[in-house]
Amino acid sequence: MSSGTEKDVEVKDTTEEHSENITKSDSMSKGEAKKFYEEKGLDLSPDVPVKPKPIPTFEKSLADKISSKFGDKIHVDYVRADRIRATTKREDIVDVAKFIRDELKYDHAESVSGVDYPDSSEIEVIYHLGSYTDEKLGRQIFALATRVPREDIPNPGSDATRTPSLRDVFYSVEFHERECFEMFGVYFEGHPDMRRLLLPEDWADIPPFRKDFKIKGR
Amino acid sequence: MTTQLPPGMHLETVDDKIMTLNVGPQHPGSGHMRLIIKVDGDYIVSCDPDPGYVHRGEEKMAEYRNYIQNIPHLERPVIHDSSNILYPYCLGVEELLGIEVPERAKYIRVIAAELNRCIYILYWLAIYGIFLGHSTMFMWPAGDRELFIDLLEAMSGARVTHAYLVPGGVRNDLPSNFEERCLRQVEYFEKRLKEYEAVFYQNPLLRARTEGSGILSRTDAIRLGTTGSVLRASGVDFDVRKKEPYDVYENLDFQTIVLKEGDSYARSRVPYLEMFESCRIIKDALKKMPKSGSVRTKLKPNPKGGNDEVYRRIESGRGAIGYYIVSNNRPEPYRVKISVGSFRNLICMPYLLKGEKLGNMPAVYWGLNYWPVEADR
Repeated sequence: MSSGTEKDVEVKDTTEEHSENITKSDSMSKGEAKKFYEEKGLDLSPDVPVKPKPIPTFEKSLADKISSKFGDKIHVDYVRADRIRATTKREDIVDVAKFIRDELKYDHAESVSGVDYPDSSEIEVIYHLGSYTDEKLGRQIFALATRVPREDIPNPGSDATRTPSLRDVFYSVEFHERECFEMFGVYFEGHPDMRRLLLPEDWADIPPFRKDFKIKGR
Repeated sequence: MTTQLPPGMHLETVDDKIMTLNVGPQHPGSGHMRLIIKVDGDYIVSCDPDPGYVHRGEEKMAEYRNYIQNIPHLERPVIHDSSNILYPYCLGVEELLGIEVPERAKYIRVIAAELNRCIYILYWLAIYGIFLGHSTMFMWPAGDRELFIDLLEAMSGARVTHAYLVPGGVRNDLPSNFEERCLRQVEYFEKRLKEYEAVFYQNPLLRARTEGSGILSRTDAIRLGTTGSVLRASGVDFDVRKKEPYDVYENLDFQTIVLKEGDSYARSRVPYLEMFESCRIIKDALKKMPKSGSVRTKLKPNPKGGNDEVYRRIESGRGAIGYYIVSNNRPEPYRVKISVGSFRNLICMPYLLKGEKLGNMPAVYWGLNYWPVEADR
């Protein structure tokens, strides 16, 4: 190990530095690092015990329905108890959402969230859909995700960060999509009222929930 | 001449007959939000809600703190219902970290959540009463609320911001003789609650103002994705505690309150009737709770969440609260999204206030059980 790394470890004992050092494979080989942390009395075992869970049948049948209809256009990310998640391209999202509403009987959106991934230059938009009318779907949440390109210097509304709005399919996304627009700069095409909601009118900085917007003092 | 305006901006046309009113954000009748209302004479033509005056970026703040440090600030959006807004966060983190919660802690959490629900509903009822000009209905709930605040103070040590629920259970065990004290106060409160019916809900003036105003049909309640008392007042039988029971709700004896009318009166009545059910839940939970045992599973210091995500929801005083937590092998969450009932019910405002008389605005607005601070997060 280089002397610089050792010095860093000695001086700063915050979690930030700690986990950075674990990933620093160039300055320390895996065996060396393991020995180093064992001497310091640090536990390197994963925090989450990996327990394989059985795939529930009802959720699997719903996921099969949608993947047999759309084939390559949709990717089912996981099927767990009460939760299904699928990713689709933004061109297909309206068709997929219509199928989810009409055939699978989900009828409203619980939330629309954006997640910023600056490393892969993408922003993920996730619709969490639920059902009030279908008795069997009371417990279920369908997470429908899509990815939109992200630009380093955002210009919300005028750049390539845009996706079709689901407002005509699920009316309840109206305010959620407005929030996603101002916080991530994702423009929803076809939304009738794409204005800011929570931020002040004179907000001149980048969309604040992007990862490159830092909180002061942190 | 048409001008190209940037997205998010629009030109407004001016009509001599239509007057624009800004209700809020300083006006106490609107809470910390602004309603841009256009009136034609006495009738509301359109309403554009403008929230965001108390936006504090809780979701952004959560990305900079680890799972335990996030507890106290995440309850700030609704300090009157602080146990309920922390509940889905705790459930989500437990699922992410693979923690089992002790049986006794589950019951204590349910009791804390139901006590807090009563605190919230009483607070809301006090405001609802005073804005309909009924000052008795301001004094009574504000006074009776102290009963539950005292109980939660005995449990957690704090009057309002408890930070009592933590991932892995609750922060500390119940004090001695809590069970008898809680039972005594809840039984007193049930008797007391019946008096509200005569003095407030059967009041002819209240009924004349609220019955038949701001009607939300069943179809629209579903289409707009409303939640909580707004949804159940429109005849939809949906309560997360029944449909997706968390912790020990499936063992407890209670029923969902559903009214069919869908008007302002029904919306104000659902939370009131739910307080009786909360009392039933508390009494039942006190009976079925294990009398001793651990109340908290200790977490490792600075636990990391793995590459995973969860979506967990619960039923609060204002509707379902959902937490979407994304983790990326770090002690801090990568992204936390809080989907709250108040924000979801915001969409009703332009819909319900259109065509209403301006004088009826407070009755419809506060009947939505809306809490601006929670909606802004």
